[in-house]
Amino acid sequence: MAQIFCSNAIFKTMRIFILSVFLLSTFNLVASEEVEAATEIAENHSEAGHSKSFDPGHMITEHIADAHDWHLWGHTHVPLPVILYTEKGVEVFSSSNFRNHESHNLQPYVGKHYTYILEDEVVHVLNNGEVDHSVSILDLSITKNIVTIFFVFLLMLYIFISVARAYKKNPGKAPRGLQSFMEPLIIFVRDDIAKPNIGKKYERFMPYLLTVFFFIWIANLLGLVPVLPGGANLTGNIAITLTLAAFTFVITTINGNKHYWGHIFAMPGVPAWVLIILTPIEILGVFLRPFVLMIRLFANITAGHIIALAFFSLIFIFGNGGESVGAGLGVGIASWAFTVFMMFLELLVAFLQAFVFTLLSAVYIGSAVEEAHHDSHGEHHPEAETQMIV
Amino acid sequence: MKLVTPDFGLVIWMTLTFLTVLFLLSKFAWKPILKMISEREKTIEDALLSAEKAKEEMAKLTANNELLIKEAQAERDALLKMARDTKDQIINEARDKASKEAERLIEVARETINNERQKAITELKNQVATLSLDVAEKLIRKELSSDGKQRELAESLIADAKLN
Repeated sequence: MAQIFCSNAIFKTMRIFILSVFLLSTFNLVASEEVEAATEIAENHSEAGHSKSFDPGHMITEHIADAHDWHLWGHTHVPLPVILYTEKGVEVFSSSNFRNHESHNLQPYVGKHYTYILEDEVVHVLNNGEVDHSVSILDLSITKNIVTIFFVFLLMLYIFISVARAYKKNPGKAPRGLQSFMEPLIIFVRDDIAKPNIGKKYERFMPYLLTVFFFIWIANLLGLVPVLPGGANLTGNIAITLTLAAFTFVITTINGNKHYWGHIFAMPGVPAWVLIILTPIEILGVFLRPFVLMIRLFANITAGHIIALAFFSLIFIFGNGGESVGAGLGVGIASWAFTVFMMFLELLVAFLQAFVFTLLSAVYIGSAVEEAHHDSHGEHHPEAETQMIV
Repeated sequence: MKLVTPDFGLVIWMTLTFLTVLFLLSKFAWKPILKMISEREKTIEDALLSAEKAKEEMAKLTANNELLIKEAQAERDALLKMARDTKDQIINEARDKASKEAERLIEVARETINNERQKAITELKNQVATLSLDVAEKLIRKELSSDGKQRELAESLIADAKLN
């Protein structure tokens, strides 16, 4: 593990890079969320008569979380299928059943096996008007995020299969149209991510790296689009980043060679008593790396969404529920200018996070398939390794 | 803490779709695309290499051509020189021969002239002698036309003879 980072140059670049990523994430903002926030707030205003005051905390949490239906505006929701796997069998019904058509409030739904209620986007079983936690149900509903996953993947299939067709159509010719837009990106993943970090065996991992890169990037960009195909906080959902990081972990573990495991369990050139300390750290590191991979993407995107929504909420906090329109307008103009600037920054961050995730996946895979080169043994950079993990 | 609690359903759907798409994309998109890209890169590299090679060959050919031209020029010069030498030699030989012939002819002519002259001189001498004799005869006839003169002559002759 340590040898890969022996090269000081790589290590330095990485440190600067990771630092800048963290700095950027501090300023992350997502415009789409702001637009959505506006509709949400507008909705709150319309309901002002019902003495529903604006609660930014609740609004933000609602916007970054997954949902069982797709909220468009006001009381318009696109219903999505709810699929529940219970002890008594599978239940499939529309999410619109959870919503009262008159009052638009949530209501219980009487299914075949149980009575269900949606509480904070979690489906519970209702027993005599009380939530029964003893009945375990597996929620496999096609939620907003899953619809977005399908959309992203269908988009990718369409884009890249048509690009592949373009290659077959005129082999050996200069790329055209979509092909010429995607080719530099594919070559970027190959020449700047896979080749330098994995080495000779990079070809085997190219499909995975390319899929991950384009999935994260397109999902990030879709998060910037406020209308229907976008708007879901996909890459800012821990389940998604967990799955992606788990794939990297599985690939790293399956492909780990003798050299890789040897360095984890018995670092060569290290005295036995040091190994007692080092080996647990190394073993921890194996799990820490995908964990950090998961946290980084999740935290960057989610933090961005939260900050954006918080800034946007300022307008309505200053506007004081329509009482001080002037203050709201003033803050609104400042917020709008800020949003335009942040939209551009967000475009960069969308690409950067896809790049970082793919790059670190490649680095981890590279460390697993790296062949022993004895010249640098006994020269370890624990500091570099820590830097890499963080 | 709902935010950091992974939803199990989402994980399952994500895993299933991701694996399916990974399979489909790698079979129908990534592999052909990467293959085509690397093939094209190879073609371009080969083309560049062969262009370089052709250029080198061209340079070699040009150098060769120049050498050939130089050789040809040298050969031509040598041939010209030889021809010139031969020509000079032939001319000189001819000239020598001609002058010798001329000399010989002149010699022959001179000899002939001499012979002719000798002949002419001899003939002239003979003629002069004949003429002289004729003249002398005529003179003598005239001198000796009278008896007195004949006597006188006879006396002088006798006188000469006496003296002798």
